[in-house]
Amino acid sequence: MRRAVSLALALFCLAAPPASAADTVNPKADFKAFRDYFTKRFPNVPLNDFVNGPYSMDAELRKQWVEIDAFPPYQFALDKGKQMFDTPFPNGKTYGDCFPNKGIGIRQNYPFFDAKSGEVITLDVALNQCRQANGEEPFDYTKDDMAALTAYMAYTSRGKLFDIKIPNDRRALAAYQKGEEYFYTRRGQLNFSCASCHVQSPGDHIRTEVLAPALGIVAALPIYRSEWGGMGTTSRRLITCNSQVRGVPLKPEDELYRDVEYYLSYMSNGLPISGPGARP
Amino acid sequence: MPALMRLAVVLFATGLATAALAASADGFKAAYAKAEAAENQAGALKNQWTTTEAELKAAKKAADAGNFNDAIKHAQQAEALANASIAQAKEQATAWKNAVVR
Repeated sequence: MRRAVSLALALFCLAAPPASAADTVNPKADFKAFRDYFTKRFPNVPLNDFVNGPYSMDAELRKQWVEIDAFPPYQFALDKGKQMFDTPFPNGKTYGDCFPNKGIGIRQNYPFFDAKSGEVITLDVALNQCRQANGEEPFDYTKDDMAALTAYMAYTSRGKLFDIKIPNDRRALAAYQKGEEYFYTRRGQLNFSCASCHVQSPGDHIRTEVLAPALGIVAALPIYRSEWGGMGTTSRRLITCNSQVRGVPLKPEDELYRDVEYYLSYMSNGLPISGPGARP
Repeated sequence: MPALMRLAVVLFATGLATAALAASADGFKAAYAKAEAAENQAGALKNQWTTTEAELKAAKKAADAGNFNDAIKHAQQAEALANASIAQAKEQATAWKNAVVR
């Protein structure tokens, strides 16, 4: 009888489908595969240069960027952001009071998973939380003041290496996986995913655009984009991507946008912050 | 009357009746409601298309101008697009995993 039960159990185990690698969440394994994919595909691109997006892919475009960067188009936003950051709220407190190290040189630690709320908190969300805690109205998440503030905070963090943590908390892992799913899911009438451009086709052209690699793609944000004629945040970038493939964008800093930023930032761990950036 | 001719008359009359119905405000309302329901379903899946939204808008604009033929065409196009976006979302619910770098 015991032998029969053992046999039945063995047969059941053999017949049961094995758990697919895609069904288990393993950020460390994902990170290694992601890093290997880009470094093997672009062996001549120094690892830290991936943060320069399209300029790491195209020598001619890089020359133009070097010229442009002598008088960077994000400079006005940077100056405004510093002034805003240093100006106290009416209650006397400052943005710096809301952050570790007074908000200087901390961009590389965002986004993070907040165990209290169970959600991913981006730098942009943390800034608006700071404003509201000090009796101020939140800023629009896509450009202008928010882009100026995050530009300044990124600038003070230039060269610091992304250090995104995914705690052993099922909610954090779920957020990470939702971000990964969003990144790889095709959407819009053109049936593109984020990965269609930034994993499968970096260095290729879409019309006049040179596609940036996904590795390090968040390091330069916020960016001055010539196409926009102004500064834009991560949310603005994602909204533009969605619209370009004829998908209705989510709301700025939607939970899914924050999750995809969490995923991409974790994939950028060890790469230097280069923001604010300038892009065509 | 030969059977074939009778059939042609019946089909012609049916066509006229359908056209009359299709071009009415009620026909538009029915077509728009179907399109809107499909688009709401796509919204629940967080996968609406801008082109669907544009067709819905065009349908309303045509209806407001009293051009129900065009309004119905736009609503039907919106419904088709919304259904395609729903199919895409359902297919991608699992297909995304195949694209992940491993």
